[in-house]
Amino acid sequence: MQETETLKPTALSHIHTALGAKMVPFAGYEMPVQYSGVNEEHIQVRSGVGVFDVSHMGEFFISGKGAFDLIQHVTSNDVAALVDGKIQYSCLPNETGGIVDDLLVYRISEEEYMLVVNASNMQKDWDWISKHNSFGAKMENRSEEMSLLAVQGPKASEALQSLTSIDLANMKYYTFDIGTFAGVENVVVSATGYTGAGGFEIYMRNEDAEKIWHAIFEAGAPQGIKPIGLAARDTLRLEMGFCLYGNDINDTTSPIEAGLGWITKPASGFINSEEMARQKKEGVTRKLVAFEMVDRGIPRHDYPINDAEGNEIGVVTSGTQSPSLNIAIGMGYVTKPHSAVDGEIFIQIRNKSVKAKVVKLPFYKAQ
Amino acid sequence: MNIPADLKYTRDHEWVKLDGDIATIGITDFAQKELGDIVYVEIETEGEELDGEEVFGTVEAVKTVSDLFMPMAGTVVEVNPGLEENPAVVNEDAYGKGWMIKVKVDLNNLGSLLSADEYKELVG
Repeated sequence: MQETETLKPTALSHIHTALGAKMVPFAGYEMPVQYSGVNEEHIQVRSGVGVFDVSHMGEFFISGKGAFDLIQHVTSNDVAALVDGKIQYSCLPNETGGIVDDLLVYRISEEEYMLVVNASNMQKDWDWISKHNSFGAKMENRSEEMSLLAVQGPKASEALQSLTSIDLANMKYYTFDIGTFAGVENVVVSATGYTGAGGFEIYMRNEDAEKIWHAIFEAGAPQGIKPIGLAARDTLRLEMGFCLYGNDINDTTSPIEAGLGWITKPASGFINSEEMARQKKEGVTRKLVAFEMVDRGIPRHDYPINDAEGNEIGVVTSGTQSPSLNIAIGMGYVTKPHSAVDGEIFIQIRNKSVKAKVVKLPFYKAQ
Repeated sequence: MNIPADLKYTRDHEWVKLDGDIATIGITDFAQKELGDIVYVEIETEGEELDGEEVFGTVEAVKTVSDLFMPMAGTVVEVNPGLEENPAVVNEDAYGKGWMIKVKVDLNNLGSLLSADEYKELVG
């Protein structure tokens, strides 16, 4: 992203600024990264409820007779496992063993789907899927006209229930409903999120975003609802071990290496599925692992990972001080022999090799 | 923005308080706000004689990491022992309990420190 490029505001940027948010450029949008402080916002979501403006995310609508075949061809998961109102986490494998993007696939009906993609990959994804659309599916990019609010935390359904007749508390994880929300029709309410704290993602037209934002804060006032920035979104997702595209997965990492074998179903016959079937069967030479620091230091993206003898065995992809656990945590790729849980690895932090231990995900286990 | 008039400042957003030939050094209120929640301050240069602009330590926030630079040449004679237990004190009291190091300096070789007014201009 060049600095000279004009940043797009979301429909709510002026509200974030008025609330005192620190705004940063992200994937071409002007986004709130922090309001009161990352630790406080993080804990707010873990223990109460908070609202993220994630309107920068991309929404593609794929419809028509070829819709199923196109999505089955470009995504790694098995679209046949979806029914109306269900959502699937998936990725777009490329032809060289890597990942174009990770995404959510919503089945609205047998012939209509919504794909939710990362803002930073929107054009790349659009071009990729278009290129492979030999199935005659109708494709529509509604990203610019849609806003997305993630209302996350254990008190989310309690905070929002007065705004809709959809029974929020009984919605199953990875399902959605389309209904009236805060008096606005055709709002998509999705029991998903990127925090591991529970809650909903709410898709709406830009022109309704401000009304819905205010309605959410009014309805959630008794629960102490607060706005949350993207910095806390990142620490929350990392405590769960959710991959972030560009950090933990990219065009050169395979979904099998990344621990995404569970969303990779080669039998469904997607792009490069033969190679993924082979990797599943024969194994891979490096794996994405989660680790906790044993000695003092905070791992960061791109720091080398060494073995006890100082040989480089991998690289850190994400790292932070966990606000919930108050320990330093990270993820990174290491060679397979070093990927076993409880194994000792060493993170190269500046001029020191600092001891860490491979652990199971998630780092944070809900109480 | 809190910029005490009786301190000197650097372009790296550090403050300097001189008491005889001992300079107490920390980061400014502006710097702690930019960094966000500070979770670790690593300073392992106690007893070392360092040049001006040399790195004397590192401050880690949740989202970012930043080097700490010597405002002038000198010997690090003390590191704030309170930072080990509670690095967040830098956020809470950047000019007081959040101080980082004490340096024995050569008063004839203090480099180009900024006044409070000059620093205020720098950070707008």
